[in-house]
Amino acid sequence: MSNPPQRREVSPATPADPTKQNPSMAGDFSLACPIPITNSPRITLGHGGGGRLMHSLIDRVFKKAFGDPALDSSHDGADLPSPSGRLAMTTDSYVVHPLFFPGSDIGAMSINGTVNDLAMCGASPLYLTASFILEEGLAIDTLEKVVLSMSNAAKNAGIRVVTGDTKVVERGKGDGVFICTAGVGAISHNLAINPCSVRPGDALLLSGDIGRHGMAVMGVRENLGFSSNLESDCACLWPCIEALLKGGIQIHCLRDLTRGGLATSLVEISGTGKVRIRFNENAVPVGEDVRGACEVLGLDPLYVANEGRFVAFVPANEAERALSLLRSVGQSSGAQIIGTVEAGEGVVMKSIIGASRPIDMLSGEQLPRIC
Amino acid sequence: MLMKFVDEYRDGKSAQKYSALLARITTRPWTIMEVCGGQTHSIVKNGIIELLPKNVSLVHGPGCPVCVTPAEILDKAMEIASRPEVIFCSFGDMLRVPGSSRDLFQVRAGGGDVRIVYSPMDSLKIAAENPGKEVVFFAVGFETTAPANAMAVIEAKRQGLRNFSLLVSQVIVPPAMEAILSSPSNRVQGFLAAGHVCTVMGTMEYEPIALKYQVPIVVTGFEPVDILQGMAMCILQLENGHAIVENQYARSVRRTGNLPAQEALAKVFRVIKRKWRGIGEIPASGLGLTEEFAAYDAENKFGIVSYGAEAESECIAGLILTGVKKPPECPVFGTKCNPDHPLGAPMVSSEGACSAYYRYRLPPVAGSS
Repeated sequence: MSNPPQRREVSPATPADPTKQNPSMAGDFSLACPIPITNSPRITLGHGGGGRLMHSLIDRVFKKAFGDPALDSSHDGADLPSPSGRLAMTTDSYVVHPLFFPGSDIGAMSINGTVNDLAMCGASPLYLTASFILEEGLAIDTLEKVVLSMSNAAKNAGIRVVTGDTKVVERGKGDGVFICTAGVGAISHNLAINPCSVRPGDALLLSGDIGRHGMAVMGVRENLGFSSNLESDCACLWPCIEALLKGGIQIHCLRDLTRGGLATSLVEISGTGKVRIRFNENAVPVGEDVRGACEVLGLDPLYVANEGRFVAFVPANEAERALSLLRSVGQSSGAQIIGTVEAGEGVVMKSIIGASRPIDMLSGEQLPRIC
Repeated sequence: MLMKFVDEYRDGKSAQKYSALLARITTRPWTIMEVCGGQTHSIVKNGIIELLPKNVSLVHGPGCPVCVTPAEILDKAMEIASRPEVIFCSFGDMLRVPGSSRDLFQVRAGGGDVRIVYSPMDSLKIAAENPGKEVVFFAVGFETTAPANAMAVIEAKRQGLRNFSLLVSQVIVPPAMEAILSSPSNRVQGFLAAGHVCTVMGTMEYEPIALKYQVPIVVTGFEPVDILQGMAMCILQLENGHAIVENQYARSVRRTGNLPAQEALAKVFRVIKRKWRGIGEIPASGLGLTEEFAAYDAENKFGIVSYGAEAESECIAGLILTGVKKPPECPVFGTKCNPDHPLGAPMVSSEGACSAYYRYRLPPVAGSS
């Protein structure tokens, strides 16, 4: 792990003059320095100080969980073999409250989110870096749980965590743990998978039901007491994309539906790709529990966040084959063809009652309505 | 899976059936106002206007609580919320509404403890957990939100919580409908009354209005089929020269309403004059706390004085909220005024007519129907 200086320097304690503390010591001198506490159950500022405490944290928590030879080399960076062909690279920061929520946690999210961004480039996951900003007072048990979850998610995705960093901020200046990961992936196809490749005539596929992550997190964060088993959809999407690529689908664009949900992603792609996207509200799967929670709060599932869903734009004549390839993979077994692309601009949805309405981005975050 | 009492009212086939019925029964142009912001939202979100005969015009009423809350109340809210000893609790969509110079989000960014809650009871809990703080709940809305706010105050008194108060900006619907009907520029010929307001208050108080102004009033729900059915009932009355109160939303509304809720209202609130944003003061159109509960009135507690008149603005909220104009008829709609830079409240709330028009009808899409 690299170890640049702390953002906030903590001034060293002024050494106390023993004679002033205890005048009688002058004649009966036996210096007994207190032994520093190295087994604190909580993160202290010392864990980010670059000293023994930090190294013990790295050994005890990070190296143990990730178990990667590059990480074990304890060097400033990782020395890694590079694949032939193109690379994809991406980075993302993860802040979520609470750290653990039904179906997932910040650790798994910080791996899957970055792996998914690579997957959306059609890249197989290779290497990942992880930086942690820890808040003073965080229970080390909690950190261990987060890191273990990251390790499991990384193993599942087949990505190596090869280097990292740790900083500690004073209590009240963080929210337990912030994680920033960057990922590198290998591109072994010749497609240009991006919004500019979307063409009129393309079919629009959605990988499954929407809105579960956002509503699961909101349910626990706001203590709404949903009695359902509403769980985040947080998952690794690479197997779904790999299936499409292995099946020879000429993918034009992929986009994972995170903040802002399906609606926002489609508006972004329509704007960048300069095409009009039409989709059918009736074709968009929304689970009953998500619908119920959205109804109660006056939210629109189209704008609710996901962590394990994506849309794919493929040529119309490959749509059915792409659909069955997606449905053959567990994470996208609920895939649907929901719309088409045509010349023009904007996103138009055919509503449940058969009328059309344009779809726009939200101005800010979606807020629960009064009544 | 079907969601009971929801999905059957979102059924495309039923909607098309009512659309055909409306086309068959409508022989003349009619202008109908949906009173509630929730109905406006549903109309625009579902594209209901497309299913109406071309000579039927829907105008959007004053029933958006966010839109009608005057800037001076918002300024009071922000002054209270900025105080270090205060935890200010509000429903989410009030946070973005601008007062005369800022909104509650900005107060929060500046260090104010402003929290989004889902029920006034949540803020009561916060008060119990923070005895050293003053907890203020922003009591906005119509007869729909008022009973829960009344219950919160009754409960605070029962628990002996002295650090809880309401900043009250409650308004009631019938006086606003009368204000619209008695305006010389009125063009409303029939109403879809607000279903949830009537769930609390019943339908009886609308009967004298229908009679006095000879206007059909159909208490209507919020799903697309509800609204189309309510429209059909209203137009049938207009075509036949009737002017009575009918109840389309019978699965939720009784003629007498919810009596325990009305009792709680009568205990905690009294009817007072209120200022409506963009419309002005309407006599006997709002609720204030009764003498018995005056100790829970944040305005008393914090000694907030009244502010001056609202600053001049290019916003034509008053004309929008009384149905005289539609959002696209406003000269600054979608240009100087948009959801990122709202000049008035109807562009802020998801229930506001301007915001709903902007969100669901822009950018203009040729051939979208």
